[in-house]
Amino acid sequence: MDTTIVKKKLAPRDNGAPDFKKFLHPLMVKNYGKWKYHEKIKPGIIKRVAESGDVLYVVRAGSPRTMSIDTVRKLCDIADKHSQGHLKFTSRSNVEFFVTNEKDIKPLIKDITAILGFPIGGTGRSVSNILHTQGWLHCNLPGTDAAGAVKAMMDVLYKEFINERMPQRVKISTSCCSINCGGQADIAINLQHHHPPTINHSNMQICELPKVTAICPVAAIRPIKIDNKDSLEVVEEKCMYCGACHGQCPSMEIRDPKTDTLSIFVGGKSANTRSGPSFMKLATYGLPNNPPRWPEVSEAVGKILNAYKKGAKDFERIGEWIERIGWKKFFEVTGFKFTKYHIDTYRFARTTFNTSAQVRL
Amino acid sequence: MANEKDSKTPMLDELETGPWPSFVTDLKNLAKRKPEVQAVLEQLEESYETKTNHWLGTVLNLDGYGGGVIARYSDVQNKFPLAAQFHTIRIIEPSGWLYNTAALRQLCDISEKHSAGILQFHGMTGDILMLGSNNEKTYAAGEALMENGWDIGGSGPALRTLACCVGPAYCEMSCFDTLGLTKYITDTYISELHRPELPYKYKFKISGCANDCASSIQRSDNPIIGTWRDKIRIDQKEVAKFIKENGEDYVIDNVITRCPTKCIKLEKKKIKIDDSNCVKCMHCINVMHKALKPGKDKGITILLGGKRTLKIGDTMSSVLVPFMKAETKEDWDKIIQLARRIWDFWGEHGLDHERVGEFIDRVGLGTFLDGIGVQPDPQMVRHPRSNPYIKFEEYTAPRIAGEPKESPSVISKETEGEEVAV
Repeated sequence: MDTTIVKKKLAPRDNGAPDFKKFLHPLMVKNYGKWKYHEKIKPGIIKRVAESGDVLYVVRAGSPRTMSIDTVRKLCDIADKHSQGHLKFTSRSNVEFFVTNEKDIKPLIKDITAILGFPIGGTGRSVSNILHTQGWLHCNLPGTDAAGAVKAMMDVLYKEFINERMPQRVKISTSCCSINCGGQADIAINLQHHHPPTINHSNMQICELPKVTAICPVAAIRPIKIDNKDSLEVVEEKCMYCGACHGQCPSMEIRDPKTDTLSIFVGGKSANTRSGPSFMKLATYGLPNNPPRWPEVSEAVGKILNAYKKGAKDFERIGEWIERIGWKKFFEVTGFKFTKYHIDTYRFARTTFNTSAQVRL
Repeated sequence: MANEKDSKTPMLDELETGPWPSFVTDLKNLAKRKPEVQAVLEQLEESYETKTNHWLGTVLNLDGYGGGVIARYSDVQNKFPLAAQFHTIRIIEPSGWLYNTAALRQLCDISEKHSAGILQFHGMTGDILMLGSNNEKTYAAGEALMENGWDIGGSGPALRTLACCVGPAYCEMSCFDTLGLTKYITDTYISELHRPELPYKYKFKISGCANDCASSIQRSDNPIIGTWRDKIRIDQKEVAKFIKENGEDYVIDNVITRCPTKCIKLEKKKIKIDDSNCVKCMHCINVMHKALKPGKDKGITILLGGKRTLKIGDTMSSVLVPFMKAETKEDWDKIIQLARRIWDFWGEHGLDHERVGEFIDRVGLGTFLDGIGVQPDPQMVRHPRSNPYIKFEEYTAPRIAGEPKESPSVISKETEGEEVAV
């Protein structure tokens, strides 16, 4: 048999990262590494001054992160008109445009508002954009949605995005499963499962069973034969309902629309300032997974923010505020109930106990 | 709009009202010319109504690459056939997420032609995400991207796409070239990014100062954070100005009393800092940012081990290199070589799906340091151990659990019958 081998012509591989130097605004090129100071003009607007005296106004707007190419093209139109064709996204999915003259700020904001409807803000002591990922829009593991939950919450928190009237910056994240892609945050909304996975034994052949066994953080999964076929079982007393196994095998179905709920964690911090980085801690749990607007979540977040606004000092992040006033006071001012489920049961649990006689009375 | 007659997405339509920009309105508009987006919106509506997910993950790779495409197919494709294959392509973003419009328009055009017209800026790791290509279009989109100088992001047990803060592009706090280093590491290790060879994922995140705007300590295996080792630069004239504007009490309440090591004083309206006790946390500089600046002898602190929850729980990275310079190519190559030593040791002994932070937990930081050839430093720990169960290694080499007794890369001390000094 005569076969001709057709060699596919492929594009170059291993291009690496784009050449970012091409994307720098001319003032960034000129003053690269030689910036002197910044000044806050208004929420969303920061003036950056270089050692040379050059001035760059950075105007920040909130974006929904997920955008159609029509919206992205509108962003480009605005950047072409006002920013010499340059723009930036931030680590929280906000978008930034640049002008060099103070009088150019107003027309830029006018266009951002009229053409995109993106709010100006998200700087400094605001409640910035909410970190999230795919949810029901595209992920294979989620127990809830992400983009929808963010839209719902930011509708409620809108005024705090366009102002800077929090004691310190507030970073919020949402996660749709225990992998916690949203990350540590001042306020994090996480999905919680309430029972061990339901195993579809007839479908287990598609998975690498040793991988599923190995991923369980508490070694609760072991092999079993069902109808003479290899499968797995879960030792239910050990299982923590984390869903790690589900990530390895869709036949370990951990999600349950009837029983999954949402928890709120508070006090996470990345920055090394003052008290340094910290993990977030459980504030409340049992909130219903209630699309399309999850009002119970916004209500709980509102309680936290109201108490924070009233009680925190300048420059105190939410976690630092709570450390200073004590957790007893936190539960009082938010009205959340402290139960046995707030007490750690995992590794290092003992390190979280109050091993002293220091109590606030 | 909500309450449209015959709307197939009544619950999603509820998210069209309200002041925050609505991705529903945006995508519904796109759906008019991209029927696969309509299918996905209807499937999303079904998820909202039943609170069940309808995506399954599968594997799809571009020629020559072992990752970068997040392949998804619908488990209700009989109902939504156009959602049958709806993949995400991860694209390596330019450092600092800085763009020009020509580049963005090019991405839009590629998405228009070969995908569903949905872009996300950005994924949690930092990639640009291009959503909605089926199998065939994914190959075409990949080729179009790479033909135009873009490259695909990382996925799976590989080096993942890097991310960094804006750094020297417009921030006066940045202690080194975050943008340049991010590109340098990406380009040097581009093969490791595309061809998974590690026990599990490995992320770098790079911040110009301890404010850590890239969230590197909590979000990456290998944070690189800018710092300095000489004195904070103080402009006492600006200090006086600041006091005039805000009052001495303000400085005491918000600067002096907030220093984590109590190394800053206000003496007769002058700021005095005991730099030997300064831990470079950036707080005082943040508050009085015209009066105080990082020192001149700048460099980086390198940490290791951060990750999200699965499997052992969230971890924060911890100090590996308290200080090194990061100015020349030779400096940057030391970072490259350190990563290689980490990957060699962790790659050799790590279990499947074991992040480097989890590996350190399992084998012990001391053994890990031996394995990568780094000397222990008190700044790697908050304090030495409290428990006295010290396993000295004179009689048995530490065996990384599950491995045969002869473990070549681990050090053991020979006693030769003499007393061993401890």
